[in-house]
Amino acid sequence: MKLLRLIEFLRRHLKTVIRMCLAMLALLVLVDAIPFFVDKHHAHTKAEHIPGFWAAFGFAGCVLIILFSKAFGHAGIVNREDYYDE
Amino acid sequence: MSDFPAVVGALTSDAQTLASGFWLHPALILLVGALLLPLVPARLRPGWLLLVPLLTFARIFAMTKGTFGEVHFLQFTLVFGRVDALSTVFAYIMGLMCLLGSLYGMHVQRAVEHMAAWIYVAGSLGAIFAGDLVTLFLFWELMALSSVFLIWFRGRSESLGAGYRYLLVHMAGGVALLAGIMLHYHATGSMAFAAFDVKHPTTATYLIMIGFILNAAVPPLHAWLPDAYAEATFNGSVFLCAFTTKTAVYALCRGFAGMEILVVLGVIMALYGVVYAVLENDSRRLLAYHIVSQVGYMVAGVGLGTELAINGACAHAFAHILYKGLLFMGCGSVLHMTGKSKFTDLGGLYQKMPWTFVFTLIGGLSISAFPLFSGFVSKSMIVQAGFDDHKLWAAFGLMLASAGTFLHTGLKVPYFIWFGKNHCSKETWGRAAEPPWNMVAAMAITAVLCIFIGCYTPYLYRMLPHPVQFEPYTSYHVSETLQILLFTGLGFFLLLKKLEPEARISLDLDWPYRIGGRAFLWLAQKPIQFIDNGVGEIYRVGGLLPLMISARLSAAFDNRIVDGAVDGFAATFRQVGSRLRGAQRGALQESLTLAFGIAAVLILIFVLTF
Repeated sequence: MKLLRLIEFLRRHLKTVIRMCLAMLALLVLVDAIPFFVDKHHAHTKAEHIPGFWAAFGFAGCVLIILFSKAFGHAGIVNREDYYDE
Repeated sequence: MSDFPAVVGALTSDAQTLASGFWLHPALILLVGALLLPLVPARLRPGWLLLVPLLTFARIFAMTKGTFGEVHFLQFTLVFGRVDALSTVFAYIMGLMCLLGSLYGMHVQRAVEHMAAWIYVAGSLGAIFAGDLVTLFLFWELMALSSVFLIWFRGRSESLGAGYRYLLVHMAGGVALLAGIMLHYHATGSMAFAAFDVKHPTTATYLIMIGFILNAAVPPLHAWLPDAYAEATFNGSVFLCAFTTKTAVYALCRGFAGMEILVVLGVIMALYGVVYAVLENDSRRLLAYHIVSQVGYMVAGVGLGTELAINGACAHAFAHILYKGLLFMGCGSVLHMTGKSKFTDLGGLYQKMPWTFVFTLIGGLSISAFPLFSGFVSKSMIVQAGFDDHKLWAAFGLMLASAGTFLHTGLKVPYFIWFGKNHCSKETWGRAAEPPWNMVAAMAITAVLCIFIGCYTPYLYRMLPHPVQFEPYTSYHVSETLQILLFTGLGFFLLLKKLEPEARISLDLDWPYRIGGRAFLWLAQKPIQFIDNGVGEIYRVGGLLPLMISARLSAAFDNRIVDGAVDGFAATFRQVGSRLRGAQRGALQESLTLAFGIAAVLILIFVLTF
């Protein structure tokens, strides 16, 4: 099971994996700021010209979705599992 | 199952008229294949299960464009085979998915399960090639009537209830569709299924649209979908997730391109599914909510109605059928092997089912529209069409939904099933293993297709109804997508605690009819009990007074005879009550078939007299 060994290898070096992921995120925003790499000619709004706009959008969106949904759920939508049982 | 012969009988007579026109309808291959399946010896059955879908797919592939299978019926023409660019792309992917789904469920022994699935696919193909509204309606209902068996065959008491609710909701949609068709015919004198006048919609147009969007699971008419798809058999859901909603998307593309209200509904849908997915504990229900979300993109695309948007809706339907099928195959494998689908019963399974994990992850990356995966080349067309149409709110709303999509399907599902905290019971852990070879093969092929579509765009783009001048792989678009998705990933891991699964359910808009049904039962029971008690009370009061004034004799009479009568009376009532309760469920299938027969006769009378 080579696949399993690969997964376990990555899990053993979780710290390194996380560090590499964070480095990738930083690199992504950096590349986005360089016009030579990313041509923002086709951007639809002014805000999109800010470097890392979509990174902020993605992160804020994710947090917003989680917090809103949780609040929505606690407003009476989430119920015990046997709610519909007679 | 009593409605099976009726449906099949009606279809074989259709089939005969078709065959005489020398145009072989692909649905006919599936129907005949389904009817012959029980006669095929068990040894040859796997071959048959691949041969029939393969022939169907080959037939679709070899089709020439044009109008075929015209049958003159009373004063109008039924068109069974309208083959054009729009119907071909949908039929192609339906045929392909039927093949993959049949391979996935090949080891299932019960022939009726395969028969139900194939008749369901035949209904979808029939609706897609239908050139008139009567034919569309017939095949539309065939889909609902056959697909419900894929839910019932799971055999749990919950699946029985979910199946009935599914059927009732679809019957209601069918009635709206039928009423719309009749009004439309009365107003225009035409039964042709073409684009409706979306700028000046009439009651007829709205009714037909309601029939369509109910099948597309547009809120507030969507609750049947997560209810039913989470309860179906492990391979039934693989079929269900592809055909009903995407046939509805086809019908919307054909009839309602440019209908403004669909943009609003589509964006609401895309976000609605995401919100419910956060709260969901059952993996297959979560995937079902993401069908609602993804079909939202397509509905919004239909509402935008430009060539790019319609291309986007078709491309996204195509890609969606594959990656959603793959996701349901992955979670279906977990269900099939462990018997569990809830996150609170699973976790840590990467040690036991690593390949299933990889395939599900590929499905997750495809639905999240990662570059090089299929969703990337289709979803972006719709968002771009939104920006081009200066509907910024729609485009940004859909972008937000795509962050949510990755959050759940790309991260939450794989993480909490294959990693995360191990909630498996000893039994679950013992049972967990990679599924049978045919399931693995189906997943592997689907995964390869998802990546192929994402990498080689002309394959999909050449099939679309309008010429494509769209390039998804621009530096800006790739950078934009990667930023959104990867920073969503960051948010996921930072807020992981908040996303821990809980053994709870969330109420949705099926609440009114689930509780409403109970209110009906209450009404049926309580008044009877009330009368029962009332009668008892009268006798008791009436019995007490004579007791005080008269002799023992009358008391004995009261005790033995009157009370006996009351008790007997009450017992009879209770018996009748419980019979009624049973009858309400048991006879429903027959009543529905009867209702349909009557509806069909009514259309005929209507058409003849007007």
